[in-house]
Amino acid sequence: MSILIKNGRVIDPANKIDAILDVFIENNKISKVAKNINSSADTVIDASNKIVAPGIIDMHVHLREPGREDKETVATATLAAAKGGVTTVLAMPNTQPAMDCPENVRLLQEIIRKDAKVNVLICGTITKGRLGKELSDIAALKKSGVYAISDDGCSVDSDELMFAALKKAKQAGLLTICHSEDKKLSGKGVINLGFNSTRLGLRGIANESEYKRVRRDVELAKNAASAVHIAHVSCRESVEIITEAKKTGIKVTCETAPHYFTLTEDALLGYDTNMKMNPPLRNIEDLIAIKQGLKDGSIDVIASDHAPHTENEKDIEFERAEFGVVGLETELSVSITELINKQVLDWPGLITRLCLNPARILGLDKGRLTAGSFADVVIISDQQSWTVDKPALVSKSKNSPFFGRCLKGLVDYTICNGTIAYQR
Amino acid sequence: MLKTRKENRPLSFMKEKAKILDEEGINRAIMRIAHEIIEKNKGSVGLCVVGIRNRGVYIAQRIAACIKQIEGIDVLTGALDITLYRDDLALASGQPLVRKTEIDFDINEKNLVLVDDVLYTGRTIRAALDALIDFGRPKSIQLAVLIDRGHRELPIRADFVGKNIPTSKKESVEVRLQEADGIDEVVIVEKLGGDSSPLGAQNDV
Amino acid sequence: MGWTKKDLLGLEYLTPEEIELILDTAESFKEVSTREIKKVPALRGKTAVNLFYEPSTRTRVSFEVAAKRLSADVINIATETSSVRKGETLIDTGKNIQALKADIIIMRHNCSGAANMLARSLDISVVNAGDGWHEHPTQALLDIFTLKEKLGKINGLNVAIVGDIAHSRVARSNIWGLTKLGAKVTLCAPQILLPPGIEITGAKTSSNIDEVLKNADAVNVLRMQFERDEDAAFPEQLDYFKKFGITEERLAKAKKDIVVMHPGPINRGIEMSSAVADGANSVILEQVTNGIAVRMAVLFLVSQAREAKQ
Repeated sequence: MSILIKNGRVIDPANKIDAILDVFIENNKISKVAKNINSSADTVIDASNKIVAPGIIDMHVHLREPGREDKETVATATLAAAKGGVTTVLAMPNTQPAMDCPENVRLLQEIIRKDAKVNVLICGTITKGRLGKELSDIAALKKSGVYAISDDGCSVDSDELMFAALKKAKQAGLLTICHSEDKKLSGKGVINLGFNSTRLGLRGIANESEYKRVRRDVELAKNAASAVHIAHVSCRESVEIITEAKKTGIKVTCETAPHYFTLTEDALLGYDTNMKMNPPLRNIEDLIAIKQGLKDGSIDVIASDHAPHTENEKDIEFERAEFGVVGLETELSVSITELINKQVLDWPGLITRLCLNPARILGLDKGRLTAGSFADVVIISDQQSWTVDKPALVSKSKNSPFFGRCLKGLVDYTICNGTIAYQR
Repeated sequence: MLKTRKENRPLSFMKEKAKILDEEGINRAIMRIAHEIIEKNKGSVGLCVVGIRNRGVYIAQRIAACIKQIEGIDVLTGALDITLYRDDLALASGQPLVRKTEIDFDINEKNLVLVDDVLYTGRTIRAALDALIDFGRPKSIQLAVLIDRGHRELPIRADFVGKNIPTSKKESVEVRLQEADGIDEVVIVEKLGGDSSPLGAQNDV
Repeated sequence: MGWTKKDLLGLEYLTPEEIELILDTAESFKEVSTREIKKVPALRGKTAVNLFYEPSTRTRVSFEVAAKRLSADVINIATETSSVRKGETLIDTGKNIQALKADIIIMRHNCSGAANMLARSLDISVVNAGDGWHEHPTQALLDIFTLKEKLGKINGLNVAIVGDIAHSRVARSNIWGLTKLGAKVTLCAPQILLPPGIEITGAKTSSNIDEVLKNADAVNVLRMQFERDEDAAFPEQLDYFKKFGITEERLAKAKKDIVVMHPGPINRGIEMSSAVADGANSVILEQVTNGIAVRMAVLFLVSQAREAKQ
């Protein structure tokens, strides 16, 4: 099986390529990237006026399977991923059961083998049951094939336990991902603390519940001489802390999600539960800081934090609705609309944050179009626009914060391991 | 400042056809009505005059003033807002404004003269009668109107009429009074474009 | 200017003109309650449903009386289920009531925004009778109506609101309504009970009750609910009375004609002394009477707007 992609604007920051070139894929691998390739191929795709880039690696996805197949499954999430140009996802471990032991990991691996339409990597838990009480057997998790550990949705409150986890993860050669939130400070909050929480009469979540925990996690990473990745950064102070830490040589990386550089707390004024997520949408100053962090590289990665929830869990009273939004199908388009078209990032910059940096942070031979690499490629019509609505989404849950928005950029093809996983 | 739809109605779709009464004509008609009321009620004892908002109230006050002139007696006057009793609230275009009803005397056993500017379909009067009954049981209710333009939809007739004017349903009768409009006159206007509402009502409910 | 909204969700969403219209309409309705036959047929054949998820006697009864004086039929549903995800969802309940061909839902709910959500999901009118800490628009309207009746105007008045501002929907609705009509509002509470950013509404804040009372034309005293918020450190009751309670001694230093209001029910000896509650400056019972007129006006206006749309 071979695919020849002709005349596309190939963007491959790993190889410093941004030019009109052809890409030849053979036997699941990138075979050649060059001008005027004339090899015959089973499939020839004309990519004139289109972007050709490595497939997106989304480091923060909730597949919900096993346990909550009513929200999402491996099959539906990976279909949504393919439609969004995502060829690899890192599956968060807060499933039921949680990914806290090799048996559970194997259970999920079996489902992935059967149902996944793109690459699915598994993230294990830091503590057993994500309860923050007792460490998971991190070495065993590594052996069973997880790519990182995280208690996502919860932070490990105990400094000692977190320090031990970072040490163990380093020994095992695993990345530790932190959901940095001090629940003692965020409490029962449901939206950002400020005038909007006051006028809506809702409990607020202060920035400090995030950044104080970011500061601790960075500090512990320094002391453990271990790498740490901060998930879903939403506020100004967190960006500042991470920027400073990077300068002093601490091995900290971080991600933000498209909603944090697109929406502010003002989106909550109608009590729209599709705008409810944790951390919450912040204010305009935070949004500007997130954009600046993306621009200057303090923020390494854009990830969706794809968190599907059923209508029953969202179409209810605001304070009772679940936290979280879907994002696999919109992250690329939102990034093009908000970052490329608003001159925050250029194309190589965006591809670095969507593809190359996640690959580097997770230690994957992906995120680039180097000959010999697995052929994960996305072809994008970056000038095409579309409007987000429920029927447009293939994810099982429809809790998108972007309904009604006109976005730029549509995925024409998603090629995963040399086969076409999605075609528009 | 009273806020009513009448005062704010757009005149651009109306064409004035004829002036029916001028200031002097209005005054004469009201004075005649006052005389007839006194005659029919054999004096002004136990009499009260209640006007329907808006212009009926001013006419009622003028009738009371005429009675005072003739009889030297102050008759009780009141104002009735019938918005809450209308049978066409759902059909009314735009929001009807609810105004105050001010009848600060007991209407029981009184000879009550109900006053309005124009009598048309009779639905305003029907609503007004309902409203009055909620206030008590007058000995009698009589109806005085400045203009009767015909086209009744209910079995209602006036006891005292300033002037009968035959009109077509396309036309509308406008009573303008010093108190509300800065001028005393009654004119017939024609609606341009022929869009007559199902109620046809400019003057009536 | 007419009324075009099918719902009343909060005073934040209204223009000054719309607030004035409700107040003017209420003035006309006040007369109805003084008649021997306290009833007009304006909402004859309409059905109003009192849907109360929180216990409340006075607001529910006030709405019920208001609806009945307009000749509407009233059905009371009291569901004291604060339990999450038990039984039917709010929207399902609303749709069922709509299917019964009711015309207005008057809702009290312990979650902020519940009325907004219900109004969005239904074609029939929704009147917010208090949602969480968010708004209690008819309470503020009757407070403002009473104040206007007493002092002749709202514009330029100095109005103090004293008590637990952070957790009070009555405070929020009053702040929006009063500031929109040009009053100068001062919020007086211990720092911990002042919510963040509240001064953006134009209201001033203070923690010195004596200072605030000196300039106030009116003081609206909120009910302290020491039991409500389990996660905030509340002041000690006696200590609160000492620092913020409205007493005769405090009032003696205020303007002579200061209007004292309270949304009820009063905690005598906590927010104010009995002498003040029953004293010459108190308009607390007049507020209750005016509540009927204001709620009649609201029910009438939303009902008309909905019919005009159909």
